[in-house]
Amino acid sequence: MCLGIPAKIVKIDERQIAEIEIGGIIRKASLQLVPEAKVGDYVIAHAGFAIQILDEKEAQETLKLLEAFSEIPE
Amino acid sequence: MKYLSEYRDPVLAQKVIENIKKISHTPVNLMEVCGTHTVAISKNGIRQVMPKTVTLLSGPGCPVCVTANEDIDKAIWLARQSGVILATFGDMMKVPGSYSSLSAEKAEGVDIRVVYSTLDALQIADDNPDKKVIFFGVGFETTSPTIALSILEARKRGLKNYSVLARHKLIPPAMAALLSLGEVKLHGFICPGHVSTIIGSKPYKFIAEEHGIPCVISGFEPLDVLQTIYMLVRQAENGEARVEVQYKRSVRSEGNTTALKILDEVFEVCDADWRGIGIIPNSGFKLKEDYSDFDADKIFDVEVPPPKDDPPGCSCGEILRGVKFPYQCKLFGKACTPERPIGPCMVSSEGACAAYYRYGTG
Ligand code: SF4
Repeated sequence: MCLGIPAKIVKIDERQIAEIEIGGIIRKASLQLVPEAKVGDYVIAHAGFAIQILDEKEAQETLKLLEAFSEIPE
Repeated sequence: MKYLSEYRDPVLAQKVIENIKKISHTPVNLMEVCGTHTVAISKNGIRQVMPKTVTLLSGPGCPVCVTANEDIDKAIWLARQSGVILATFGDMMKVPGSYSSLSAEKAEGVDIRVVYSTLDALQIADDNPDKKVIFFGVGFETTSPTIALSILEARKRGLKNYSVLARHKLIPPAMAALLSLGEVKLHGFICPGHVSTIIGSKPYKFIAEEHGIPCVISGFEPLDVLQTIYMLVRQAENGEARVEVQYKRSVRSEGNTTALKILDEVFEVCDADWRGIGIIPNSGFKLKEDYSDFDADKIFDVEVPPPKDDPPGCSCGEILRGVKFPYQCKLFGKACTPERPIGPCMVSSEGACAAYYRYGTG
């Protein structure tokens, strides 16, 4: 029940309810826990609420670190 | 899919596994505290590809599984009162209490509604002004802000018929409790990514510093979990114990400050009863005095018969403490399956028994 999924914000209404896209499906999520979120941001959605905005730069850093595993010589 | 498929590259995964093998010399027991990690590890066959030196244990991180029988009994008692609608998350429905389950009660005609979000529960209260709507709130730090918000929202809207049976639990005190029980020797914690998205990385510091156990906060994709294992093994091999964050794209060290403020406004820390472990000091949330008009424990005089233990033969308690693997329960896969579950660890989709049953025991 603690499942959280990355989703893209496509629309925000005046009550801070967003339409979010998860794998082509549109659902609703409240942005009250991430009031600074904007259309186009990716958020972690959990039980009808966005709980954090995903950080693009940090995501790239993690991928870079992971890719570095391939370069470690045998 | 963005933020998903990049972390599922099998070639890269193989590289990370090779590197874990290369650096791991001393045997370590690493515990994944969160049920979603248990599922991710089982589903991706991560246990099977670990070197002999790395053992992965499942911990108490499924809120459905750790809810005590007595609390389920109380929710059922409340649901049975006249003029009451009980709302809860779907996962709670099938979990057996001492004498019944919410789904058995619903089949008998008791008004119990499954909701996806607390806002849906508020809507039910809005639509049924002549009924008392009680939300049975379970979950860890990830879910509790959404419950706290529903209370703030109910007050704002002037809803007088909404209350919460709050049974929220906190993860770091449970980790410390497992360590002090001393039943399993642990060398590292795979810390929950979404609980930490809310609370940040600081609340684990005492586990690293006072208990000397490495902690790495992990994402949920296969590469996330593998990288986390690599980081934990590296710390253990170097004799270090620090809190590191692998899941940096979602976890800031200070957590989600908006959510933390809301939690602090509505809840205060209290002792909580965990299935399989018992009372853990300061490991739960209750409503603050100022919100007692939304507190089902205060509004209703709940009276339930003494709770019963888990069904005979069920080892959920030991599984939640990491003392036993699911396949070591003699009912596993025989008398107990997801179709006919006996204990909560087989009922919940994030329960260790259900994950091992579905994806293999590895
Ligand atoms: S297999 Fe079933 S009976 Fe055994 S511990 Fe798991 S849930 Fe309980």
